[in-house]
Amino acid sequence: MRARPPAALEHGAVPWLLVVALATAGPHAEHLPAWLTVLVAAALLWRTWLWHQQQRMPPRWSLALLVIAAVAAIGWQFGSLFGKDAGVAMLVLFMALKPLEMHNRRDALVVIMLGYFLLLTHYFYSQSIPTGLWLLAACTLLTGALLRLHGGAQPVIAIARDAGLLLLQALPFMLLLYLLFPRVTGPLWGLPQDAHAGLSGLPSQMSPGSISNLTLSGAIAFRSRFAGEIPEQADLYWRGPVFDEYDGVTWRASRQHGRSPAPAPVIEARGPAHDYSSILEAHNQRWLLALDVPTRLPPDSSLAATLEAQSREPLRIRSRFSFSSVLDYRVNRMEAPASLQQALTLPPQGNPRTRALASEWQSRPPARIAEAALAMFRQEDFHYTLRPPLLGADAIDEFLFDSRRGFCEHYASAFVFLMRAAGVPARVVAGYQGGELNPVDGYLTVRQSDAHAWAEIWLADEGWLRIDPTAAVAPSRIEQGIVAALPAGEPLPGIIRLDADWMRDLRNRWEAANNTWNQWVLGYNPQRQREVLSRLGWPDPDWRSMTALLAVLCGLALLLVALWTLPGRRRDDPVQRAWQAYCAQLGRRGIVRADWEGPLDFAQRVAREKPELATLTSEAARHYAELRYGEGDGDSDGEPLRRLQQCVQRLPPQRRRRI
Amino acid sequence: MRRRERFQRWLFHLARDEQVPIVLTQRRIFIVPTSGGLLFAVVLAVMLIGAINYNLSLGHALTFLLAGLGLVAMVHTFHNLFGLRLTAGRAEPAFAGDLARFPLALENPRRQPRRALEFSFKDQPVVTADLSPQGRATIAVPFVTHQRGRLDPGRVTLTTRYPLGLFRAWSYPYPPFSCVVYPKPLRTPLPGASPGAHADHRQGDSGQEDFAGLRPRQISDPTRHIAWKAVARRSDEQALLVKQFAGGAMDELWLDWSLTPAERGDEDRLSILAGWIMAADEQQACYGLRLPGQQIAPAQGDAHRSSCLQALALYGETEARDAR
Repeated sequence: MRARPPAALEHGAVPWLLVVALATAGPHAEHLPAWLTVLVAAALLWRTWLWHQQQRMPPRWSLALLVIAAVAAIGWQFGSLFGKDAGVAMLVLFMALKPLEMHNRRDALVVIMLGYFLLLTHYFYSQSIPTGLWLLAACTLLTGALLRLHGGAQPVIAIARDAGLLLLQALPFMLLLYLLFPRVTGPLWGLPQDAHAGLSGLPSQMSPGSISNLTLSGAIAFRSRFAGEIPEQADLYWRGPVFDEYDGVTWRASRQHGRSPAPAPVIEARGPAHDYSSILEAHNQRWLLALDVPTRLPPDSSLAATLEAQSREPLRIRSRFSFSSVLDYRVNRMEAPASLQQALTLPPQGNPRTRALASEWQSRPPARIAEAALAMFRQEDFHYTLRPPLLGADAIDEFLFDSRRGFCEHYASAFVFLMRAAGVPARVVAGYQGGELNPVDGYLTVRQSDAHAWAEIWLADEGWLRIDPTAAVAPSRIEQGIVAALPAGEPLPGIIRLDADWMRDLRNRWEAANNTWNQWVLGYNPQRQREVLSRLGWPDPDWRSMTALLAVLCGLALLLVALWTLPGRRRDDPVQRAWQAYCAQLGRRGIVRADWEGPLDFAQRVAREKPELATLTSEAARHYAELRYGEGDGDSDGEPLRRLQQCVQRLPPQRRRRI
Repeated sequence: MRRRERFQRWLFHLARDEQVPIVLTQRRIFIVPTSGGLLFAVVLAVMLIGAINYNLSLGHALTFLLAGLGLVAMVHTFHNLFGLRLTAGRAEPAFAGDLARFPLALENPRRQPRRALEFSFKDQPVVTADLSPQGRATIAVPFVTHQRGRLDPGRVTLTTRYPLGLFRAWSYPYPPFSCVVYPKPLRTPLPGASPGAHADHRQGDSGQEDFAGLRPRQISDPTRHIAWKAVARRSDEQALLVKQFAGGAMDELWLDWSLTPAERGDEDRLSILAGWIMAADEQQACYGLRLPGQQIAPAQGDAHRSSCLQALALYGETEARDAR
């Protein structure tokens, strides 16, 4: 092809491109440094003003200087030019500056391609249903801009309609590709460090306030669906990290287990198993929050010596796991001496009053010691609150004897301290307790606000036994959930404290829709793809046959789109159709109209060759000629057409041929 | 080279189209991605890698939607040409150096509009057209003429990038276009009339002293003789009236090849003759034309002027050009 100068950019197309730049770069303002947002806004406003005044664009060298300065600033701000956030910042910068050197249609095309790419980067930050809808709207806008660029001026509505129609026709391809395109588990190479920032969940160590802070969030931690009955609310203890090392302030998981692998736990089931599957939000940790205690684990996971189910890799994307758990159990009646020793270790100093109290109880049997501690919580003036006073150096002393106001982590921590001081092996378990059934889809929703901490003690014949000191203070926390346990005025998130039924119902519906979205759209990974295809009757697809099927189906869809948009074969012209029907009838009677024969000429020939049809044919020909070539057909009421159509019916019946 | 030409002739259907109207069937429409389309493909590939790497389900969805959009755009670009009907019209003669306009009647038989159709002859300016659903339009495809004679502009290149500019579909309709190109007129004083008399006549250009009355218009009368004012005054009458003139302008004038300066080339002499014809016609003179081997009897009017100019245009090479 010979090279032509690129087509000029129409003045009227420029606003489309500016809106494209605004729509694709604008929403990123949330994640970008303020100076970049200001720069982007200024560049776009400047370009709009230049467009309005029909002024020349700035010279190239000044833009080059601006780009170099801004890129340097981005590098300085993010410490690198690569990585997720820096990359997005660069794209946004180019999107804002490219319109300033947009001279022809090719430049405009680059802006739109950049826009398509920028759309993708929005999904780094959110992939919710509203973002998905925004995808469609933004795609329509960008496609409309392409249409405006190549199709000339039209009303905005017409362009939007055409763009929508194009996307509608593209939708079947998207569905086919989504379903059948062989999925690869990412990442393809090491992700930049900032790829998983901002995932929240249970902390990997516990100090006063770490659980209660989490409780302030109404975000969903995971959802579970049980194959059978959902167990009692008071039995729903979802096990997270186990903390067995205390330094006076913070509880941690002891490193000892990591160094020399402890023997696998021995679980004796004493009740029925419950099957369920959970969809966990990404929390960038390894624990899988199984119900105490899991007996069957999903693949690629293991049970730690301290009974928490762990995946091999930290959980960085929302994932689905199936478990089986028993709620009535005995575990590790024979515990390794090293573990018991760890479960008795306390810091050498601190909290003298607590140690004195424990030494009073030391002579009693271990079960009675626990009972005494719980009785103290129950009978004396302890309060359950999200806003405990700040504690000093001897935190447990101050809590047990002075302030007596605390959240679950205070009670669990004080209880375990007491037990260890009295010679009973004990440890802190963090996790979630309870959950709320969503009647819309039958999933049990567990939120960050359900985060909880409890204790376990080890008794010689019983093994590890769960003791929840919070239940002694606020039984309703365990039986009915945190909303019932905390007095009004506590700073709980609004989403879990909905009083009106309709609002609760609305929230349930929204979350059920989100759950479906998460499972079927966002959670569509290689494993899910195999599941779906085998359910569709294709048990073991490999990528080659999938690609082949995909190609065939896309070809078929292409054919359908082609047929849909094929020119209507003039069947919408009733005049032509009626006249052709008449001529076809005459053809059966032995007079075939030649292609070049006009209606009136044909009528004359018919009059010569078949005089009995002369009047009717000349009438039909006159009507046809009038409709086709006559004047004033604009205000016709269809009467001549009806008469032409009647001519066909008025033809005398054909003489039957003798066989 | 020879083989390549034959291949192109076969692939692109380069023979002259004889049927009327020319219908663009799929055999005649070609489609390739534009540079923008290739950029789009590269962007999609990068987006897919990004979506896989970051496990972005919506990123997959967006990439797949855009891939579908590209496929659909290909179909639409093809259909923007498919089924279009073209009928060539007769091109009005033009003077060398002017634009010859080749009328092309377009008919859109389908119920969707067609947009951004670009027509051009090879290396010639482009004209674009839009067609409404089942609409018709007539466009004039321009051709910058250079020399007198019978002009065969060659095939038309019909291109479209609508709707998204990702693909370029084109076709090479080759309607039986032909146009007579007159020699470029060279203005020199008319022969046989003294410059003084010529100037006198120019002063009386409005011709009022020679005005001899009105008569109904005949079809051969030049349109500029119509007495529009008189027609407007007598609105009840159907026929147009023309002004009749009397006077010296009706003298016979022979524009003869032998009167042109022999030292100039043939083309210049033809141009001088063309200039004389234009001047004589403007003065409403009654003139005849003598060329070596042919002669046109004196007359006046638009038809006469056209036949004289055509004789100049085709002088000397008529047979050779027609044989093609």
